[in-house]
Amino acid sequence: MAQILTYDKTLALDAAQPDPQRTTLVSLAVEGMHCGACMRKVENALSALPGVTAARANLSSKRVSVVALDGKRNAEVYIETLSGLGFTASLLPDSAAQQTSRTSFDIWKRVGVAGFAAANIMLLSVSVWSGHSGEMPHSVQGLFHWLSALIALPTVAYAGRPFFVSAREAIRNGRLNMDVPISVGVLLATGMSLFQTMRGSEQVYFDAAVTLLFFLLIGRALDQFVRTRAAGAAENLLGIRAPAASVLLPDGSIERIATSEILPGMRLIVAAGERVPVDGRVYKAKSDIDESLLTGESLPRTVATGDTIFCGTLNLTSPIEIEATTVAENTLLAEIAQLMTTAEQAKGRYVRLADRAAQIYAPAVHILGLLTFVGWMLAGYNWEPALTAAIAVLIITCPCALALAVPAVQVVATGRLMQAGIILKSADGLERLSEVDTVVFDKTGTLTLGEPRLATDSPVKDHDLAIAAGLASRSRHPYSRAVVIAARSHGLTPRIVENVQEIAGEGLTAIVDGTQVRLGSASYCGYGGQPIQGLYFRWGSDAPVPLAMLDRLRSDAIDTLGVLRSQGFNLHILSGDQRDSVASAAAATGISYWMAAQKPDDKIREIERLSRVGKKVLMVGDGLNDAPALAAGHASLSPSTAADISQVAADAIFQGERLRPILELLEVAKLTKRRSLENFTIAIGYNLVFVPLAMLGYVTPLIAAIAMSGSSIAVTLNALRMSNPRRGVHS
Amino acid sequence: MTALAWLVPVALFLGGLGLAAFLWSLSRGQFDDLEGAGWRALDDEGTVIRASHTGSRSPVQPPQR
Repeated sequence: MAQILTYDKTLALDAAQPDPQRTTLVSLAVEGMHCGACMRKVENALSALPGVTAARANLSSKRVSVVALDGKRNAEVYIETLSGLGFTASLLPDSAAQQTSRTSFDIWKRVGVAGFAAANIMLLSVSVWSGHSGEMPHSVQGLFHWLSALIALPTVAYAGRPFFVSAREAIRNGRLNMDVPISVGVLLATGMSLFQTMRGSEQVYFDAAVTLLFFLLIGRALDQFVRTRAAGAAENLLGIRAPAASVLLPDGSIERIATSEILPGMRLIVAAGERVPVDGRVYKAKSDIDESLLTGESLPRTVATGDTIFCGTLNLTSPIEIEATTVAENTLLAEIAQLMTTAEQAKGRYVRLADRAAQIYAPAVHILGLLTFVGWMLAGYNWEPALTAAIAVLIITCPCALALAVPAVQVVATGRLMQAGIILKSADGLERLSEVDTVVFDKTGTLTLGEPRLATDSPVKDHDLAIAAGLASRSRHPYSRAVVIAARSHGLTPRIVENVQEIAGEGLTAIVDGTQVRLGSASYCGYGGQPIQGLYFRWGSDAPVPLAMLDRLRSDAIDTLGVLRSQGFNLHILSGDQRDSVASAAAATGISYWMAAQKPDDKIREIERLSRVGKKVLMVGDGLNDAPALAAGHASLSPSTAADISQVAADAIFQGERLRPILELLEVAKLTKRRSLENFTIAIGYNLVFVPLAMLGYVTPLIAAIAMSGSSIAVTLNALRMSNPRRGVHS
Repeated sequence: MTALAWLVPVALFLGGLGLAAFLWSLSRGQFDDLEGAGWRALDDEGTVIRASHTGSRSPVQPPQR
C-alpha cells in the first residue's frame, strides 16, 4: 500500500515537473467525437504537440482536457489541430467544467453511504423479523437494534443533509416543499427508533428511515445527472468562438491576446472570416459584415471607416482594422442580456408540479399525524402508543414515491429527447412545454435555414453559372456561397478563376478568357432598372444577368407546421426581417398571423400581449434579437445554430436542419406530464391504503419497509415505460 | 448465536470495503466517462499518455497514421 502511494506521488510530481507555475489545464469542447477511434485520434494529435504533457478525452461529455505549458495561450493551436482532423473544437471557461462535476460527485458520495447503511441495517432487521417466530433471545434483538442505531445515526446526519438544508431554507422563506415532510419523517423515525431502542422495545424504524433516504437520494442524483449532462452539452454548444484577437501595437507589430484582455481604445485587426471580438468602430478599410446573429437579417451590411460594428458579428470580405470602444459587460450583447433577465423574472414565478403537490401534501400529512395522536388520546390510550401511531403515519406518508415520481420521469424523458437531438436545459422546461397552446416562430434561421439560395427559375446559363461560381468560390458572402452551391447542384464544376478581386459592398471581378467578368450588386454590374434581391452577373459588355436569391425554408417546415396546426396549436411569425420576405414565408407555410420588422422589445411586447389574453406561448427563435423574446415566452426553443445568448435563454435546443424535433419535444412534454400525474396517483393510492392502517396502529416496521420500497419501485417502472418511443408517442 | 460475534463484524467490514472502493473510484474519476471507458477497453494500442520521469511524453508512442 505504501509503495503504491509513493508511486502515485512520483507520477503526480512528474506531471508538474517542467515548470509547475506555467503548466495549466485547458478544457476544450470537441464536436463530432463519437467513438473510441475518434477519441484516440484527438488524444494522439494533441499530445504530439510541443508543450503538451497530457491529453485526455471524455466521450460522454464530448470534451478533452489538455495539460500543457502555457495551455491558455496555445488553445488556438489545439483548436486548429483538431479542426485539421475534422473536429470542431472550442475553448471552455475553467469555471464551467469543474463546478458541475463537483456537485454531482457530492451527491453520489451520499448515495453510496446511504446504500451501504441501508443494506447493513436491512441485514440486521431481516434477522430480527425472522427471529420473531424463532428463538432469538431478547438480548440479541437489542444488540441488533443498537448496531442499527450506530450505523443509522451518522448516515442520517450525513446523507440526509441535502434534504434538511433545503427544508430549513423553505421554512425560513415561509414556504413548504417536498423536503419538509421528508425531513420531518426521517428525523422523527430516527428519533423515535433511538428512544425505543433505549427502552428495549420492538418499534424500531431505522431501516425504513435509511432506505427512504437511499431511494430519495437516487431520485435526486438522477435528477442532477440529467441536468449536469444537459448543461454540459449546452455549454459545449456555446463554446467561445473568438478566444483570441489580433492587436495592432503602436510599433506596427501584431500580437494575439485573449478577448478578455482587450481594453477600450485598442486597435484590432479582424481577418476575413473572423468574428468581431468586441463592439467598436471601423478604423480603416471596408468590408461586409454578417450581422444575422444580431438582427436576424440574412444579408450582410457593408461597413466603412467610422461605422459602428458589434461584438459577435462575422467579417466576410476583407480584413479590417477596428478600434475597440466597449468591452465585455458593456457590449450590445450585454445590453440584450439585460433585457433578457428582466423578461425572465416572470418565468421565475412558475411553481413546479412537485412543489405544488408538496404545498397540499405537507400540511395534509402533518394534520393527519396530529389527528392520529389526538384520536388515540381521546380513545383513552396512554401518550406512548398514541405517539407511536402518529409517527408511524408520518413515516408511511413520507413522500418517497412522490419525490421519485417527477425526477424518474424526467430522466427518461431527457434521455429520449437527447436521442432525438434535443438538449433540454431547464428542469421545469418540460412542464411548461406541456402547457403550450401557441407557437411563435422567428423567420430567419428558424423557419428558414438563414442562408440564401439561388432561385430555381433563374435565367442564368450553365456556362455563366460555372464562371460565376468560380468567382464566388473566392468569397465568404452568403450570396457567393449560394452561387457555388447552385452550380454544384446543377452538376457543374466551378471554373478555376485566377486573380479574383473582391470589392466590399460591391462584388467580385476577374479576367476570364481575356474578358472582364463581374459578379455583384446591380450598380456594380451596371444594371439600370429596379434591382432584384440577389446578384447580377455580367460578361464583358453583355447585358447583366440577374441571379435572384431566396432564403430557403427548412425542408420539413411546411409538413411540421401542418402537423402542429392539426394538433390545435396557434401559429404566429414574429420576424425582424423586411415585410416582403416575411410575407412570402408566411404564405408558403400558411401562417396567417405574422408581423415583420420587429425589434427585440417589440417582440417582447407582442409575447406579453399574447400571455395577457391567456395564451401559453412557445417561442422558437435563433437570433440575438430573439433572446429577450425567448426569455419572455412561457417556454422557448432554439436551433443549435442560434446565437450563444439565445441558447442560454432557451429551455431546449434542437440540432440538425429539420424542424421536426419540435413535434417530438411537445409530444414528450405532454407524455412527461401524464406520467408524472400517474406517478402521483400511484403514490397517493398507496397512501390511501396504508395511512388508515398506520392511524389504527397496525403498521409494524416490516410493513413500513415493504410499503416504502414497493411504491418507489412502482413509480420508477412507470417512468421507464416512456423510454420506448414506438409505444410512447401515441399511447 | 456465538457465530454472530464474528459474522456481524465481518459483514460490516465487507460492506465498508465496498463503500470505500466506491468512494475511492468516485474520487479518482472512474465514473466520469462511462462511454469512453467502454471504448478504451477495446483499444489494443493502449496509448497511456502520461509524463515519464524525464518529463517528456509517454514511452508508448502512438503510431502515426
